[in-house]
Amino acid sequence: MSVQATLATARRVLGQLRHDPRTIVLLLAVPSVLLVLFKYVFEGSPRVFDRVGLPMLGIFPFVTMFLVTSIAMVRERTSGTLERLLTTPMRKLDLLLGYALAFGVVALLQGGIAAAVALGPLGLSVEAGVGVVLTLAVLNALLGMALGLFLSAFATTEFQAVQFMPAAVVPQVLLGGLLIPRDQMADVLYWVSNVLPLSYAIDALAAARTASTITEEMTTDLAVIVGCVLAALALGAATLRRRTP
Amino acid sequence: MDNAIRVRGLVVDRRGRRVLHGIDCDVPAGRVTGLLGPSGGGKTTFMRCVVGVQRVAAGEVTVLGLPAGSPVLRSRVGYVTQAPSVYPDLTARANAHYFAALQGVPTAAADAALDDVGLTDDADHLVGRMSGGEQTRVSLACALLGRPDLLVLDEPTVGLDPVLRRDLWAAFHRLAESGSTLLVSSHVMDEARRCDELVLLRDGRIVAHDSPDAIRQQTGFDDLELAFLALAESADVTTGATT
Repeated sequence: MSVQATLATARRVLGQLRHDPRTIVLLLAVPSVLLVLFKYVFEGSPRVFDRVGLPMLGIFPFVTMFLVTSIAMVRERTSGTLERLLTTPMRKLDLLLGYALAFGVVALLQGGIAAAVALGPLGLSVEAGVGVVLTLAVLNALLGMALGLFLSAFATTEFQAVQFMPAAVVPQVLLGGLLIPRDQMADVLYWVSNVLPLSYAIDALAAARTASTITEEMTTDLAVIVGCVLAALALGAATLRRRTP
Repeated sequence: MDNAIRVRGLVVDRRGRRVLHGIDCDVPAGRVTGLLGPSGGGKTTFMRCVVGVQRVAAGEVTVLGLPAGSPVLRSRVGYVTQAPSVYPDLTARANAHYFAALQGVPTAAADAALDDVGLTDDADHLVGRMSGGEQTRVSLACALLGRPDLLVLDEPTVGLDPVLRRDLWAAFHRLAESGSTLLVSSHVMDEARRCDELVLLRDGRIVAHDSPDAIRQQTGFDDLELAFLALAESADVTTGATT
């Protein structure tokens, strides 16, 4: 890999975002606004927000980075810039790492702001420390990015790419234990939830609320997420073809 | 090296249709070779084969002595597609600096390339707000900045005004004089006379490959458009094609 090409790509992706201030504001502000909304919708039963608040800090970066990446990659494919990039000395890994770096930075900002709002004015508590929450937020962003990159290969238009979001994301949120704990679901659904990567992120964030240290289970969850990110990136890299029909 | 590109028996099928029917062609180094012919004749597919992004059914494409698409060639071959493949949400300069970083050349080379295509004053404008001709020039600058040994340009002058077109062709010849090889496609016959060599591609076959003067002599027409018509018609007779 080339550090120069990776950094140049990250700078380029962030540069594109910088020319789109509305998207930046939406990326950074919407999670916090939704958290506030959640808090007051469940004002009558505060335990719901206590349970759901932290996992949501992981779901936001996953969803937004999935969307942003899949659209960005469809654009790269349809505008011919991807083909052009692949005719330069740049390696595929440089491109993927460049995107990962850029969106990792955005995820850190997004997660930082949302965590500040959630732990401050909204009164959520994390026993395991805010570092764990931010780590999970960035990992989830990378997971969303990697999945978005992979699925974008199956979309020929931006309309299709947007439709992959409910198809790939909503089932993971429904089955991931956010609404009801996973072990209370029907067996089949529980098994399915076991192979969905977001379940592990939600588990780890839920555990971070009460566990005063980083438990063995959380480490396993983290390892599963990292494994899924790498697997999805490898699948995504396989869809970047230098030679096309 | 005499030939920058050597093509033998090149066959390409796209979407179940044969696009190139066994092409043999040598493109001389250090010259401007024009790839002429009607739209849909296989010009873009041929160029994609040279750059190494096209899956081929049969045949051999050798570029600068190496199989087309070899990793080493990626820093030696510049490719400009028909649609401007640059980022509309970045400025022209940011685009050029990005491609300079990927090629491993200094940003000064990127700025010089923007000058070459006449974009000095507008370099800090967003590409998305530029006219089609300006976007093409940004795309061209991003290919020029690496000073490639071979430049493959797919219809680089579409939509440009005559003055700019003349300037760009002058720039192409300067590059060729400095040792680069250029393969430039066009469907405008008026541009044929600006090339050192002409390849006429029609329905996936090479109808003629010679210098403009030789083609004029061979056909007896001074106007290259008429010369090409004559060549295309005689090719139809020999292949039995009905178009």
